[in-house]
Amino acid sequence: MSEKWSLHIEVQRQKGKEQPHFDRFDLEISPEATVLDAVEMIWAFKDRSLCFGHACHHSTCGACGMRVNGVEKLTCITLISEVTQNGGTLRLQPLRNLPVISDLVVDLTPLYHRMAEVKHPSVHPVEENEGVASQQIAQAGKSNNPYTRLADCIECGLCISVCPAAMTSPAYIGPAVLAGAQLAVVMDEHVCAIVDTQNGVWRCHSAYECSEVCPSHVQPAQRIMQLRRHLLSQRIRRFFGLQSLHQRKQ
Amino acid sequence: MDKPKAVIIGAGFTGCATAHDLALRGFDVTVVERGPIANGTSGRTHGLLHSGGRYAVDDQESAVECIEENLLLRGLVAECLEQNGGLFVALDESDLEYARRWVQSCERCNIPVEQVDVKQALAWEPNLTSKILAAYTVPDATFDPLRLALTFAATAQTNGARFRLFTEVEGLIERNGAIRGVRCQERTTGKSSELYADCVINATGAWAGKIAQMAGDATIVVKPTPGVMVAYDQRLCNRVINRLNEPGDGDIIVPQRRMVVIGTTSFEVDEVDYIPVFEDQVQMMRECAIQLIPAVAATRQRGAFMAARPLIGSSASGRSIARTFKCFDHQETHGIGGLVTITGGKATTLRAMAEKTADTVCAKLGITAPCQTREYPLRSYREFRGSDAYQ
Repeated sequence: MSEKWSLHIEVQRQKGKEQPHFDRFDLEISPEATVLDAVEMIWAFKDRSLCFGHACHHSTCGACGMRVNGVEKLTCITLISEVTQNGGTLRLQPLRNLPVISDLVVDLTPLYHRMAEVKHPSVHPVEENEGVASQQIAQAGKSNNPYTRLADCIECGLCISVCPAAMTSPAYIGPAVLAGAQLAVVMDEHVCAIVDTQNGVWRCHSAYECSEVCPSHVQPAQRIMQLRRHLLSQRIRRFFGLQSLHQRKQ
Repeated sequence: MDKPKAVIIGAGFTGCATAHDLALRGFDVTVVERGPIANGTSGRTHGLLHSGGRYAVDDQESAVECIEENLLLRGLVAECLEQNGGLFVALDESDLEYARRWVQSCERCNIPVEQVDVKQALAWEPNLTSKILAAYTVPDATFDPLRLALTFAATAQTNGARFRLFTEVEGLIERNGAIRGVRCQERTTGKSSELYADCVINATGAWAGKIAQMAGDATIVVKPTPGVMVAYDQRLCNRVINRLNEPGDGDIIVPQRRMVVIGTTSFEVDEVDYIPVFEDQVQMMRECAIQLIPAVAATRQRGAFMAARPLIGSSASGRSIARTFKCFDHQETHGIGGLVTITGGKATTLRAMAEKTADTVCAKLGITAPCQTREYPLRSYREFRGSDAYQ
């Protein structure tokens, strides 16, 4: 029916406490298939011991992040044709700066826990500037917006994997969590105590790599900068004996 | 007295919800899953929390189940739901003809349906085709599949259930004509282990026939019936849009985050471990979506995926709990003790499926413990502890 490409796929493997190494698989696959399809085919037809993360296969769950030829990708929406060519090589590795469970799977639950701590809402009102849906919001009236939607951040960990600051300092809470705090509806003292620290918003080196790899419109780097401005203005207010503003700042 | 032990095979919607139910009923629960949470059919759903409207005409039992569970889940899992409702829209004379029967059926099933002016529907959803002839509101919603499963898993874990992910069942342990546990291998380390239980629950959905065969019971026939779904890169509607006619291909568009997802098709396969996404079906979905929302034509495709529904074969002789899903006690189907299979059903009815499964397990073991999952508040999906679930 459709064209097939021959690919050499190098997969980073790690079982138990052994050192990571690469296994090589040759695969015939459509260029329009996704990288996750390739991984699932290797598991289904070549090596049933391969471990990888996945669930929704359409970019809503965030479980299938990997490094593809060194670049962080959500593999369920990354087409083979976007990352290699016929006869080419794909090198697949787990995300960095997160605990590796085995092979290509990392444990994302520590990230979930931190997102809960900074009170990032998983569901929020549809906003006026959100593309085509904005017409409806305008019609509904801004103050009486009846629509909600699941948040942009799918907690996939790509931004944490690519972040140079996270690489040098494991205690750094990372771009997803800081962006999550910036998006929290109410930034109370508890959240401030987490983000307004050396391992919080001030650890970021402004590399903006997080916004480059984010597959889900979050723009963590820009949010970190907004969070810094907000926290600085709080400090200045405190210095002059004014009440702090705990409400979310856009 | 020691707690009764249950081993659940599969951490999809049914396995996670059954773990939650049995943990509340005082069981010592272990869930074994060969991959991560919700990696099979459950993860790859459309994400539609059904109002039941889709089934109201042809399958009223399913429709009633859907609306009951829909209303219940809104309170229990709000953290993973977009509760914006849905519209059923008629585009031609045949749809209008169907609408009369549909409205009556929905009333009989207690699904709150309200006709709205076409102008009102278009004001709510300006991207909807201007060709609509009639529109009705229904209480549909959208869910995040992984997070829905994790919500039940996190609550079960909090109440003592253990999850062993990336642990594949290689065989069942049988003694004196009864299943007494599972032999499994940890895929993360290669280590093998055995788990003993008073009851093993096969919650593997489209794979349930294979596990039943491990017990020598070939009477459970599951027909894996995949369908394709396609996601587009804009939130083109805020409500779920349903074509008002008999259930068919590509008749539902579900908004989710900043996407819309159209589905689905339906065909049978034998092997479900890998099902390719067929390009002709993706094209067909696109055409169906454009009929309802013309702007899809100018919207980038974001992803296409395939999920295998676990439809139950007609030759199955198990006790029917409802038409949507079935729970088999293998003592009754094949004279094998210690094994219960739950399969069929849909995401919307996950809690009800778990309740019926736990009822069956309790009756089997002579345990009296009422179901608490209708009112028991669920934990956040974010509380799931991977450190306890990965070996």
